[in-house]
Amino acid sequence: MKADPKGVLTGVHFIDGDHACCEGALAAGARFAAGYPITPSTEVVERFANRIPTVGGTFIQMEDELAASICLQGAVWGGAKAFTVTSGPGYSLMMEHIGYAAMTETPCVFVNVQRGGPSTGLPTLPAQADMMQARWGSHGDYMTIAVCPNSPQECFDLTIKAFNFSERFRVPVMIMMDEVVGHMTEKVVIPEADQIDIFPRLHTTKPPSEYKPYAPNEEGVPEMAHAGEGYRFHVTGLTHDERGYPAMTPPVQDTLVRRLKSKIENNIDKISLYEADGLEGADVVVVSYGITSRVAQRAIDMARTMGLKVGKLRLITVWPFPEKLIADLATKIKAFVVPELNLGQIKYEVERCANGKAKTILVDHAGGSVHRPERIIEAIVEGAK
Amino acid sequence: MPHIWCPGCGIGTTVNSFSRALLDSKVDLDTVAIVSGIGCSGRVAGYVRLDSFHTTHGRAIPFATGLKLANPKMNVVVYSGDGDLSAIGGNHLIHAARRNVDIKVICVNNLIYAMTGGQTAPTTPSDVITSTNPYGTFDPTFNLPHLMEAAGAVYVARWTTYHVRQITRAIQEVFAKPGFSFIEILSPCPTLYQRRNRMGDGLDTMKFYKEKSKVKNGCPTNEVGLSKSGEIVVGKFVDRQRGDYRDMLREQMQHALGDRFVDEVAANLAEDGGCSGGGCELEDACS
Repeated sequence: MKADPKGVLTGVHFIDGDHACCEGALAAGARFAAGYPITPSTEVVERFANRIPTVGGTFIQMEDELAASICLQGAVWGGAKAFTVTSGPGYSLMMEHIGYAAMTETPCVFVNVQRGGPSTGLPTLPAQADMMQARWGSHGDYMTIAVCPNSPQECFDLTIKAFNFSERFRVPVMIMMDEVVGHMTEKVVIPEADQIDIFPRLHTTKPPSEYKPYAPNEEGVPEMAHAGEGYRFHVTGLTHDERGYPAMTPPVQDTLVRRLKSKIENNIDKISLYEADGLEGADVVVVSYGITSRVAQRAIDMARTMGLKVGKLRLITVWPFPEKLIADLATKIKAFVVPELNLGQIKYEVERCANGKAKTILVDHAGGSVHRPERIIEAIVEGAK
Repeated sequence: MPHIWCPGCGIGTTVNSFSRALLDSKVDLDTVAIVSGIGCSGRVAGYVRLDSFHTTHGRAIPFATGLKLANPKMNVVVYSGDGDLSAIGGNHLIHAARRNVDIKVICVNNLIYAMTGGQTAPTTPSDVITSTNPYGTFDPTFNLPHLMEAAGAVYVARWTTYHVRQITRAIQEVFAKPGFSFIEILSPCPTLYQRRNRMGDGLDTMKFYKEKSKVKNGCPTNEVGLSKSGEIVVGKFVDRQRGDYRDMLREQMQHALGDRFVDEVAANLAEDGGCSGGGCELEDACS
């Protein structure tokens, strides 16, 4: 289906990534947000608070991130599309409810405008050090989807995709921005509503007597009902069977938790987004994501003028990790170069998938600014040897 | 019906009173949602044939807040325990009362963390033996009605599981009252509270409640604190009117935005549609 025009601010805008993210959420049909202020993410919900009363919907500022991250899930079960926005310390507090969303298969979106950590860290400066937290942060086995925009335009586009993924696979989807992308102002083109594809909620078409809230469809995803529709269903964070009621036995646990993982893993080809060029014949491939990809682009261009055979692989979805893509490339190249604004996170994923077939060179950064392209070039030169 | 509660536990009694209140109030059960936290009382959500949500520890109230705001036609009941609501969920409890979100909180107070084995709660009276205060509790106790009145609840009452009819009546009253209401129900935990403190079994607790309870409707809430073996003041302490969160939001938006304010929720209510907030993509499936 297409977007509801009420939320679509069609036109050419000059706005930052945080504002573009908010417009993406509105275009995607989000009509509920719960938030708690935290730099550098607050502008997303500030804009939402400004816009939503004239679009139709609700913003509520909650008492903390624990509350915000579960409040939005109440709204989802009430029938809304909902999201929340935060940064490092708040993201840590939200982990419990990312797990709850994963376990109860509540479609929702968490935006993390990453800043330097650990703890209070660098509130106003960038980092990409929450990438592993986005994958593993809540306890137990589950999988999520994470997208990494590298421009305000992508903050808009990928927020819509994030909502679509969350509805299709009924998972919490992470929008892993960073302070620079969040605060960078660029041109953002918002198309007409009828040009925006929306994945509708997987609402059951069965009558209440036949409805099983956790019986999966062919993609491994169950159909949903909302409160107040007469389905009288039960939702629990306990291990549950297809009826949705607690059934705490090893076989039920095995079936449920494997499905939470496989519904993402088995559909990776429908989820995975990346941008590549010059992979054919490359000696070195630079694997980057988010803001770092823009520095990497400069380094790649400079290295190519030096005569080096450098490929570019920009991960747009970082989770689920494109394992097969990296494994295939590893057999054809000498080295991967992985620049990231942390001391090594996605580098380990690349290394694992390369499995010794190609070197993996990390270009790390503790956060607070972006890389200098020269450091990435040095790594490319080393990898090409 | 098989359930997880111990012999002599009072939670089942509260569920009986709750069910009676629902039936007597003739509310459309399709519009009732029950939201629980974690703990013995948290399992109530799993035993009622209603839209029911067993959430995380302490977070039933913010979940209920989202549910109610996105789908205002729902009658949202939070059914949980004293530890869940007033310790780990204490921040949410006071802020929901402050906002006067239209949710009905039933707090089953067994004075202890029971599901996890009898640890001290903020409600545990002084000089009581618990698994984490083996030499007796000494830290001061929350007086929940006082807390709730101060935070802004429009309805505050306390009863015990001896008072089954009064509980039913209180629940009927809050179903007819918009805003944040709070009913505390003292309930025995024979397994972990009474036994460890040599206070007998469930029946002994009923006798204790009967003997110690004193009905004082309208009693100032600063006078209703609980002790290990003292008087138990019960009754309806607070019953007042003020605009709930949705009313205040609507009023402010209309004041600031006039006709530009889109009260999508009101529009959906008028249509009596199943979807709300304008975010639902499924008008077809719901209509």
